Amino acid sequence: MARALKSFGNRRALGSVREFCTSSSSPVQEQRQHPTDGKKLTNLFSAINQALHIALETDPRAYVFGEDVGFGGVFRCTTGLVDRFGKHRVFNTPLCEQGIVGFGIGLAAMGNRAIAEIQFADYIFPAFDQVVNEAAKFRYRSGNQFNCGGLTIRSPYGAVGHGGHYHSQSPEAFFCHVPGIKVVIPRSPQQAKGLLLACIRDPNPVIFFEPKWLYRLGVEEVPEHDYMLPLSQAEVLRQGRDITLVGWGTQLSVMEQACNDAAKEGISCELIDLRTLVPWDKETVESSVRKTGRLLVSHEAPVTGGFGAEISASIVERCFLRLEAPVARICGLDTPFPLVFEPFYMPTKNKILDAIKATVKY
Amino acid sequence: MGSSKNLKRSSWISSSLLLDLRNPSLIHGVGRNPPAVLENLKTHSADCRFASTKAGDERDLRFDNDENQVLDFPGGRVMFTYQLKFISESPEKRADCFRVLDDNGQPIAGNYIEQVNEEVAVKMYGNMVTLQIMDTIFYEAQRQGRISFYLTSIGEEAINIASAAALTIDDLIFPQYREPGVLLWRGFSLQEFANQCFSNKADHGKGRQMPIHYGSNKLNYFTISSPIATQIPQAVGAAYSLKMDQKKACAVTYFGDGGTSEGDFHAALNFAAVMEAPVIFFCRNNGWAISTPTSEQFRSDGLVVRGPAYGIRSIRVDGNDALAVYCAVRAAREMAINEHRPILVEALTYRAGHHSTSDDSTKYRPVDEIEHWKTMRDPVSRFRKWVEGNGWWSEADESELRSNVRKKILDAIQAAEKAEKPPLADLFTDVYSDIPSNLREQERSLRETVQKHPQDYPPDVPV
Repeated sequence: MARALKSFGNRRALGSVREFCTSSSSPVQEQRQHPTDGKKLTNLFSAINQALHIALETDPRAYVFGEDVGFGGVFRCTTGLVDRFGKHRVFNTPLCEQGIVGFGIGLAAMGNRAIAEIQFADYIFPAFDQVVNEAAKFRYRSGNQFNCGGLTIRSPYGAVGHGGHYHSQSPEAFFCHVPGIKVVIPRSPQQAKGLLLACIRDPNPVIFFEPKWLYRLGVEEVPEHDYMLPLSQAEVLRQGRDITLVGWGTQLSVMEQACNDAAKEGISCELIDLRTLVPWDKETVESSVRKTGRLLVSHEAPVTGGFGAEISASIVERCFLRLEAPVARICGLDTPFPLVFEPFYMPTKNKILDAIKATVKY
Repeated sequence: MGSSKNLKRSSWISSSLLLDLRNPSLIHGVGRNPPAVLENLKTHSADCRFASTKAGDERDLRFDNDENQVLDFPGGRVMFTYQLKFISESPEKRADCFRVLDDNGQPIAGNYIEQVNEEVAVKMYGNMVTLQIMDTIFYEAQRQGRISFYLTSIGEEAINIASAAALTIDDLIFPQYREPGVLLWRGFSLQEFANQCFSNKADHGKGRQMPIHYGSNKLNYFTISSPIATQIPQAVGAAYSLKMDQKKACAVTYFGDGGTSEGDFHAALNFAAVMEAPVIFFCRNNGWAISTPTSEQFRSDGLVVRGPAYGIRSIRVDGNDALAVYCAVRAAREMAINEHRPILVEALTYRAGHHSTSDDSTKYRPVDEIEHWKTMRDPVSRFRKWVEGNGWWSEADESELRSNVRKKILDAIQAAEKAEKPPLADLFTDVYSDIPSNLREQERSLRETVQKHPQDYPPDVPV
């Protein structure tokens, strides 16, 4: 069922061009001119690929498997792995998501790093039972006699300009409701490599959603060496006074553009990349909102029951007297992800900008 | 992976062709240009399902001579036919069921008896009786309100104990929930069973799961979870790890007839075949999935026939014949480990008890049927007859065993009942490897609430 867009990863016609956020405020062009030692300009799928190479290289008990990963994967993230590590450690599985995750749990329970790929996040639902009832509870239900902490499920998520219902969804909120698993979403190549390695080596099962719109869309300096970025730590990408913006993954680049436009109108935005959605870094968001007094959360997933609702509620609980306006949520609509209406569905820059202005003026 | 693909495929071809040959009308009513084909078929009609590679190669060479007869299709060559013929939905004859002892415990397949010596046989019988008594007493304890739930294995004692006896402790068990006998055989103490059912602080699962959800890392018995069939694909992943580590061990996963309708069952068998994982799929076909009879569960000839469809070697065995189960599992284990392949074992049995303490099976099945299986086909008394017949067991042994076991179980229950519950802190640990900040906050808040409203909370949980 994940075959419809097999050539997806090779397409360059991605609609409007998006820039990704970098960890510093300097634009990509500037970094291009001054590459530093040990870093190379790398796109997101190549950064993922590097992380997988390192994961397999540094741990002989690491395995990579999933539908079509053998030839390099439909998004090329697993390119070259079979040649280097052999088909016993990097292998195709039958087309069956519940099998992939169930198999991965058993593999991980034997002390291995099981790195499973679900070809599109839209197709993760057959594995929902294995994730929710099995992976998430494996340690707890056994009284810590067993665990499947070596399991990492990678899956491309989110809009891509032409993906329609089944190649565009952002299902992160379903998994954020499940104690026992972690949910991590990177915003850029450099982040993707460090966070993925941290997820693979974390002693808990993790779902790692990769922003597929960014796989090939632009590059960032990525250190060539083995490094990890901390889980459950948000990152403040941009300091500001007037309003706090919180997001993750692809959406950060849209939010960054809105921040730039707002700055032209004299509004100072603080931008936070949550990076790990569960367990999330409430403290960083809370201290930012205590400073700015305003909060806007943005994600592609439908607004109702999205993880933005959780952030909003938590911050209202903690910062009620400090808030100067209602928390704004600029998210996907409560419709299935629509092909031709995608530009209408999406939480676009101007929707965010309008909400920033309305919140600041409230 | 994939090294034995050709062997499997040619074997499959030969067995499906055999089916054609049994129907004389097909041989006579042939279409264009068939004699050469039939000649080929006759030559190989003696091929069994696991024909040698050599025979397969010979046949392939002949097919090469006539390109019109063969489709060289990805995955292997397929023969053409000029007959519009569908593969039958059911075989002419149901798959045979392997047994060693007859209903009276008399050996009918003598050559297999030698596999079980006196020591093992007596231990097996002792464990079967222990399981039976444990079930009876724990069931009563639930009826008295001392534990919240229980689930018996009555009628399936031979499956439980004999399959366990045929394995080694290094083999990994991925159980459903009606296999406590495997754990018993491996040395889980009656006290450990009782501690789990009473959710006390000695329960390995820290009181978090309903009774009967046992697990033991020490005994390679993965903790039971209630969802049906979820353990089956996990066993394949673990088996793959054993293979990669070149361990002389396999994974064994148990499930019922109902569980085979779950997607996880299909996923697991397919994965195991493709990955060539050393795993034994043990299906306890006991006729009933709660109230659903197998006739409403599937229309295949049970489970055993499904194995070959996945490319998995399979056997049907009399689940109430301890010796047959023992021999089948032992052979399955050898093949799984030495040949890196999954094996499917279907044991025919009967769930002689209710599904659980929440069920009254007389509401949906005849009492006569239950009684027939309990009395006429009881696996424990059948095995006893054989053990007694060998002079290894006496009436005195029997009464001593029963009174000992009964006393031990009652003592274990008393001790488990008196033991403290797990501390409140155990509510928050093990969700993750470390306690995250949101859980620390929730724990702090909960402790305040408990102090404020102690009457709302069970007094026996230490705060």
